[in-house]
This record gives sequence, structure tokens and C-alpha cells, in this order.
Amino acid sequence: MSLSVTFIINRVPKTVELDDPRVTLLDLLRERLDLTGTKKGCDRGQCGACTILVDGRRVNACLALAVSHDGAEILTIEGLSNGGALHPVQAAFIAHDALQCGFCTPGQIMSAVGLIEEGHAGDDPERVREGMSGNLCRCAAYRGITEAVVEATRAMAGTTTQEAA
Amino acid sequence: MNRFDYVRPRTVAEAVAAGAEPGSAFLAAGTNLLDLMKIGVARPARLVDLNHLPGLAAIEHAPDGGVRIGAQVRNADLAYDPDFARRFPAVAEALLSGASAQLRNAATVGGNLLQRTRCAYFQDTASSCNKREPGSGCDARDGENRLHAVLGWSEACIATHPSDFCVPLAAFGAVVEIEGPAGRREVPLQDFHLLPGKTPERETVLAPGELIVALRLPAEAAAFAAHSRYAKLRERTSYAFAVVSAAAGLRMQGGRIAAARLALGGVAAKPWRTEAAEAALLGAEPGADAFRRAAELALAEARPSGENEFKIELARRIAVRALTLAAAGTPDRLPALPASPFAPIPGGLHG
Repeated sequence: MSLSVTFIINRVPKTVELDDPRVTLLDLLRERLDLTGTKKGCDRGQCGACTILVDGRRVNACLALAVSHDGAEILTIEGLSNGGALHPVQAAFIAHDALQCGFCTPGQIMSAVGLIEEGHAGDDPERVREGMSGNLCRCAAYRGITEAVVEATRAMAGTTTQEAA
Repeated sequence: MNRFDYVRPRTVAEAVAAGAEPGSAFLAAGTNLLDLMKIGVARPARLVDLNHLPGLAAIEHAPDGGVRIGAQVRNADLAYDPDFARRFPAVAEALLSGASAQLRNAATVGGNLLQRTRCAYFQDTASSCNKREPGSGCDARDGENRLHAVLGWSEACIATHPSDFCVPLAAFGAVVEIEGPAGRREVPLQDFHLLPGKTPERETVLAPGELIVALRLPAEAAAFAAHSRYAKLRERTSYAFAVVSAAAGLRMQGGRIAAARLALGGVAAKPWRTEAAEAALLGAEPGADAFRRAAELALAEARPSGENEFKIELARRIAVRALTLAAAGTPDRLPALPASPFAPIPGGLHG
């Protein structure tokens, strides 16, 4: 049985024929669409390496069946930058050295983008840490990650204010 | 993961019909179900996808102060609904103390009630587990059982229910709305989960095909809003299941307790409401003496199921902590670490 599902992935509409309903969003991205920026860590929703935005919300792609998300809008790390310009969260991760090996970084960055969009943590480091607790970093770059998210939050709030003005 | 058929019903009636067929499982977010399928613990022949059903994702606030929550409402959407958080702050706090932000964005209200125990032996298909395979035995009894049940357990099963959300729901008298092949019915949350007895494979009152469509919290639950908290002890600061937890609500009148609610999490196969403790608090002055007495009553029947006697005293202490936090008053804004004993108590006390 073939299941035809349609997504908007990184702003581009895509129709995919699934020969098997077992495919997760994570495997769809990595194995069938060559979007390997989204990482497979634990594959059980415990590490956050596979974090993507689905309809603007951060979720674990490993625990989402692709067929069930027919019609969804998906944003991955590959779709985050605007042309050649880094997203403010990406820039802040570089500025704060918020990584060592880099494996968890795409998930960290997508989670941070989701966190900032949710708007509940503000620039309070303790709320940022709590809001990012679904993303593990085995190199323990947590200090830099928290600093980066705080700075990106401030930078993006400034941008919004400027645009509004 | 086993192969399965995928069904996408368009109405609740279609979902119930498909769900009643042998081997069917309902798919909400799948944050627990897919995990269990990956490790071979769940092997449904058919997934009935609830994500394209209309009408199950609304939060409806009644004029009298009660609320009806559609089963497909996501945990984060409920916790951050401003009216809900104001009327039922302990429920919002419990939701935000559970899982991670990613999981809360996906996981549903209905699915939360039906999540399975995190007992390692249940999750390990090489182990004996009466819940996973009735009659096979229980490897937890002689195994790593420091986090297992201290109330309501049986020789067949000592697993706990992992939900935070269900703990304040039990305390505040939530009602589960169910649609099934035989029609609609309602079950108080307190009666929804079953203790293991000799049939630990039966975890809830749901019959095949029965679908949770909504939860309701009554108006009287909102009367506790000024003094409602959830407290949860974890083995790490965030993103962990409860070792023990407690939801507490107080209604104060002239400096005394006019009504009390108390339920415990992490101690049994169901959220554990403790009416004896609630009754003992009536008319009492809020304070350490009354709270400790209530906590003693709440755990009066507790007994260790293994290397977990420490959980009984921990549960007493988390009950006292939740009552103390509730008495101090619901904060205007939840602490940075919701439900954490490491968050400061309003008024200067510190964990």
C-alpha cells in the first residue's frame, strides 16, 4: 500500500509516496529527502538531537509518524538561514562557542528557535535552561548554549522592535 | 517496529469502529506509543490516527468556572492557556514539570492518561512482566525496584503510573468523557485507572474501541486556585519522571482550612488521591503540624515493594512541601523550575 503525503519542507512543497507507514519524520528527512542536518541520537525522544519545527512548534522528529503529519509545514536546520545570512540563533551559537563536537547542535538550535518563539523564558538564564532541558549535550557545552540562547533572545527582541518601529 | 495498517478516520464514530477491531491502537501524538513500538513492547496490528479528527482539540471554559478539555489538546497548549493556568494553576504546574518542551508540544491530554509505566522490566522484552505478558512473572520484585510502588501494589505488579498531569486531576475531581461502541459514558479520573491486583495488564476501565474524547474539571476545582501547587521530586533537575510528587489545594477561610485536596504521584499504579488526609485538614490552621499529620494519614497504608522504603518518607515530605507551598499562595508566575523542591517558597523559605 502506498501512502501519498504532502509537506511543506523548508518552504518548498513536497509530495512523498510512502511504501510503509512506519517511517518517522526523522527517517523521512534523513533517509529519503537527504536532509541529514537533523540528527538521530537516541531515536526515543530522550536526547533532542532530532528537534525540528512542525507547524512552528519544536518536536522530536523521531517520535512523529510521517504519515500522520500529512499537510504539515516543517522547518529543519537546513531551512533556517535566510540566504547566506545566519539566523540570529546560529550566529549566537558561534559567538558563544556553544558546541564542541556539534552533533547535538542542529537540535539545540531548532529547539532554541522554538523556545524563543514560544516566548515563555525571555532572557532569564534559569528559564532558558529549563526550556532547553529536552536537548542533551554530551560535550556539556551547556553554559555556552544558555548564553547563546539568552543573547539571541535579546537580539531577536531588538529586531522585532525595530521592525515594529 | 512491527508492520501495521494505518487508518485515518474522519469522525469519532469511525474511529471508535476501527478502534474496536482486534489489534487496533489509537494514535494520538505517539510520543509513548511509537517508543513502545520501537522496542517491541507494543505491537498493534492497526493504528487508528486521531490527528485528523475534527472537534477534539478545544479548551472550553464554562461560565461557572469549570473547563472541558478536548482529548487532542496538546499539553503545552493547555498549560499556557491563560484562563486555564489562572483557574487550575496546580494542573498547569504539573504539566510543565513533565517531560521536555518538545514532548509537551506534541503529547496530548488523552494520551497522557494512557501512557504506560516506565518500569524497566515492562520495557525490556527479555524480562518477565505480568503487565506485558500476563502470567510470565515479575522481574521487578527481585530486581531494581527502588522507584517502584509503595501503595496499591500486588504480588503480580509493583509498577507506578508515570503521569504528573493525572495527579492534580485526581485531586481536583476531573471527569473523563469516553465514546465507545456502546455509546458515551463518563468516569471520574479517580476511578479511571485500575490497581494491578491479579490483572496488571488491565490498566484502565476502557473497553476495546472506547476513546477518551475530553476531560472536565468542575467549577469547584477552580475555588482552590489561590492556594494550589504541585511539587515533584526528581533524580535530576528537569526532564525526569517523579520519584514522588504531590498536588495540593487549599481553600482558606478566616485563617483556617475550609477545604483541602491532596493527591500523590509516583507511588502507585494510579494517581493516589488521599481523602483521609484531606478530611484531617478541615478546620485546621495551616502549618507544619497539620501538614505532617495529613501526610502521615496519606501514607498510612504504604509498604515497600522492594528496596524502596525510603519513598514512603519522601512521599510524606513531598506532601508536606506541596501543602506548605499551597498555603503560601499560588505565585503570580510559576517558578523557573515548575514543581521543583529547589524553587524558593514564597515568603522567604527556601528548599
